[in-house]
Amino acid sequence: MTGINTISGTAAPLDQANIDTDQIIPKQFLTGVTRSGYGINLFHDWRYLPGPEKKPDPDFPLNDAKFKGASILLTRENFGCGSSREHAPWALADYGFRAIIATSFADIFYGNSINNQLLPICLNNAQIDQLIAKVNANANSDIYIDLPTQQVTCEELSFNFDIAPHHKNNLLKGLDAIGQTLELDNKISAYENNRPQWL
Amino acid sequence: MPATLYEKIVDAHLIDQVGEDILLYIDRHLIHEVTTPQAFAGLAEKNRKVRRPDLTFGTMDHSISTKSLALDACGPQNELQLNTLATNCAQHGIKLYPVGHKNQGIVHVIGPQLGLIHPGMTVVCGDSHTATHGAFGALAFGIGTSQVEHVLASQTLKQSRAKSMKVEVKGDLPLGLTAKDIILAIIGKIGHAGATGHVIEYCGEAISQLSMEQRMTICNMSIEAGAKAGLIAPDQKTIDYIKGKEFAPKNEYWEQAVAYWNTLFSDDDAQFDTVVTLHAKDIEPQVTWGTNPGQVVGINQTVPEPNDYADNVVRDSANKALKYMDLKPGQALSDVAISHVFIGSCTNSRIEDLRAAAKIAELGKVAEGVTAIVVPGSVAVKKQAEQEALDQIFIQAGFEWRLPGCSMCLGMNDDVLQPGDRCASTSNRNFEGRQGRGARTHLVSPEMAAAAAIHGKFADVRQLAKS
Repeated sequence: MTGINTISGTAAPLDQANIDTDQIIPKQFLTGVTRSGYGINLFHDWRYLPGPEKKPDPDFPLNDAKFKGASILLTRENFGCGSSREHAPWALADYGFRAIIATSFADIFYGNSINNQLLPICLNNAQIDQLIAKVNANANSDIYIDLPTQQVTCEELSFNFDIAPHHKNNLLKGLDAIGQTLELDNKISAYENNRPQWL
Repeated sequence: MPATLYEKIVDAHLIDQVGEDILLYIDRHLIHEVTTPQAFAGLAEKNRKVRRPDLTFGTMDHSISTKSLALDACGPQNELQLNTLATNCAQHGIKLYPVGHKNQGIVHVIGPQLGLIHPGMTVVCGDSHTATHGAFGALAFGIGTSQVEHVLASQTLKQSRAKSMKVEVKGDLPLGLTAKDIILAIIGKIGHAGATGHVIEYCGEAISQLSMEQRMTICNMSIEAGAKAGLIAPDQKTIDYIKGKEFAPKNEYWEQAVAYWNTLFSDDDAQFDTVVTLHAKDIEPQVTWGTNPGQVVGINQTVPEPNDYADNVVRDSANKALKYMDLKPGQALSDVAISHVFIGSCTNSRIEDLRAAAKIAELGKVAEGVTAIVVPGSVAVKKQAEQEALDQIFIQAGFEWRLPGCSMCLGMNDDVLQPGDRCASTSNRNFEGRQGRGARTHLVSPEMAAAAAIHGKFADVRQLAKS
């Protein structure tokens, strides 16, 4: 993976708390055996009207022409709650999102996003209010994210965000987490040699 | 230094500390068909091996039919996924319990049943309900597919240290109150995201009085409060449950293991980041009214009025949930008619769950217009239930008796509800569309689900059992 430095682009608002992984990618689309092709079914039950035709629901914000090509999602607390399915970040990334800005994230989703170079950013509700107001008023108000300086900018608005140093480092460098761990083979073997026999 | 149970388990598995990351050894890795194909493909791309196939166990549960043993019964995509698991397990020397095997079942039902889970272990699985195994005092949590690949390759996992939360349920367990009611009441109190970033340790008289299977129901739903994991310190019940099981420590190792397990508790003066207390006597049989498990009330309470919530986000969530669920504020849950009943899932499909539901089912017949299914958690549970003739009680009352699997908990097979259907379900999630697009899910205990089947509406099972 190549790593993330800056992300800029259109931001789409999904102004709702507790968006769970069943909404992000419903279960009927989890039968794949590859990591790709999930974007078409992202937010399926909200995005498409009932029926097999996949007719876009005009009331769903992501179907609004002005948010076409959005690469940043603006949402609220506890985003990604529910199942551990990594299909959720796969679907978001496949659709074209590169960053999710929310009030808070569910733990497993957060980790899965980091592992897929999808940048999860926590801002407070007041800051997200301002960003949503901004992009609703003018979708051309691009959001600019600078990972090295941990800043989100949208015209005159500018907010700092927190991210754990090891997460930041992995995102910046696009590191292969497994490769890093396998370099510790001696330590893993030493631990294994001392495990109780009954395990 | 006094330590919590969580800290003791972490310290016993610490291989390395990389910055703020801790690298933990994983004792047990459970796998199933849905969240592993991409992980094995990732290994193949990099020419990596499975480090410890002997610590890895697979089963088929999510994508399978509950009406047929044929792998293609739910379509070619499901079949491909199931066959991919079989191929991957065969190629890497991993023990797999496929459809038709005597050990097959829902991954979180078969793990404990086979004695694969011991106190003090680290247990992971690509499934958020892995916290179930915390009932044994094991640190067990759900992981994503990239992490599954990491564990397959290295038998380790990078983690950040979690915060700790103590949830104490005081007082004796009242008659008619189930583990499901307790955990729903806990989630109702702390909220759907109330334990995010935390590992919960459950304790108190009411928790100690629960059987191992009931403790599994409690720990299973820790994720529904946002927790990373849920734990209950092992006691004599835990030890008795494990003894003699297929993968329990044997011979001279048994005594050594038990001696270690007896050291696994939070020290008296251990510090928790958060402490929550409930009283068992205050908890009624619970029914969810909304679209997350924290939106729950006692059976004798009414659907809440969203405007009573001070917090905007909570109010908006409640309004949206009521619209989806087609309920009105102030409505009595006992007036809400249901069309379906699902008894099953990794939360409530064990033998004690089926016995409890059967006790209610034998009091009547499934109401007209209601479709009710019972899906045992494993082949072994099904067999045991049939030996006790529970299947006959269900069938005579008008329930369908199915083959084991995850089934309608998430509907990855053909056990899917239609728009507008309303289901009393013993599963763990009432999210929009979880059991089918436009379908409405109310989470309840097995006893409450059986009572709803008979009444066609929600009913206080304590009254029904008396009459």
